[in-house]
Amino acid sequence: MSRYLPYLLVGILFGLVLVKSEAASWYRIQEMFHFQSFHMYGILFSAIATAAISIQILRRIERKRTLDGQAIEIPGKERGRINYIIGGLVFGLGWGVIGLCPGPIFALIGTGSVGAIVVLAGALHGTWLYGAYKTHLPH
Amino acid sequence: MRQTDPLSVRIGCIIVTASRSQQPMESVIQFLSQPWPWYVSGPLIGLMVPLMLFIGNRSFGISNNLRHLCAITQPPEINVDFFKYDWKEHYWSLVFVIGTALGGVVAVGLLPNPEPIDLSIEAMAMIRAWGFELPPAGALVPPELFGATLQNIALLFAGGVLVGFGTRYASGCTSGHAITGLATLQIESLYALIGIFAGGLAASWFLVPLLAR
Repeated sequence: MSRYLPYLLVGILFGLVLVKSEAASWYRIQEMFHFQSFHMYGILFSAIATAAISIQILRRIERKRTLDGQAIEIPGKERGRINYIIGGLVFGLGWGVIGLCPGPIFALIGTGSVGAIVVLAGALHGTWLYGAYKTHLPH
Repeated sequence: MRQTDPLSVRIGCIIVTASRSQQPMESVIQFLSQPWPWYVSGPLIGLMVPLMLFIGNRSFGISNNLRHLCAITQPPEINVDFFKYDWKEHYWSLVFVIGTALGGVVAVGLLPNPEPIDLSIEAMAMIRAWGFELPPAGALVPPELFGATLQNIALLFAGGVLVGFGTRYASGCTSGHAITGLATLQIESLYALIGIFAGGLAASWFLVPLLAR
């Protein structure tokens, strides 16, 4: 069980940041999509920059090993275009209305929001629909 | 808009108050209870990517868990191929989102923000014009939309369906595409992000104003 402990701790930090930065807020998401504040863009851009820089550092240091001794490698995404655009569009429509993407759904459930549990139920249903109709969709 | 102090000033204040105070722990908690500025939150979220790689060669992303949860609960008579795989290999990912929910528990239990969300004046005017009240203290989502009425439940469920369907179709969400994908320069993530942003703009500009009435 102890090999899962680091994931739990990093997950707790992630949920804490999502709530304390208000990234898990419907109000902040509406403000972002109407370009009325830099707050959410600041979070996104500085997160991307931090991730990009630390990956470059990881690539350059000598000891490229994980905690459990594997070689660190970054997996590529599957090739495609239309599935990424349409999928993104559908996800974006949902995100814009309910103001929650998957990370904040889980964080908000932790804050005791019953509405977020309903969103999770819907999201599981949507995931299942995709799985069931995957072969009929353009990829 | 409330003027936010620079981080250095805030840290300076906390050190001074903590060293003078009878209960240093209390002032630390008070400090952390304020909303965290973007230049603290963003880098912390960005650090998830190297941390997950360092812990176990994992790619940071959340929405795959929705697939795992479907795989766990799929009844044998339904048997959709997409959900037939050994989800036990993805325990780490489920543990991570359990942690994310616990982070929410810690945030409201230990570090609740006593003030309402400090939105921009423009955003406050817009929300009022939509027929919503200004955010109440401690609320991240509007009670008008998340309160337990039949109409809200239907709407939240429908929104969830779009999020679940879309993230799986696009193989990722904000964390996997916007953060991990862009930081590792993957063109597919840029496609996904164009779709996500276009969808979000359409929803926020045209659908949300309709809903509130």
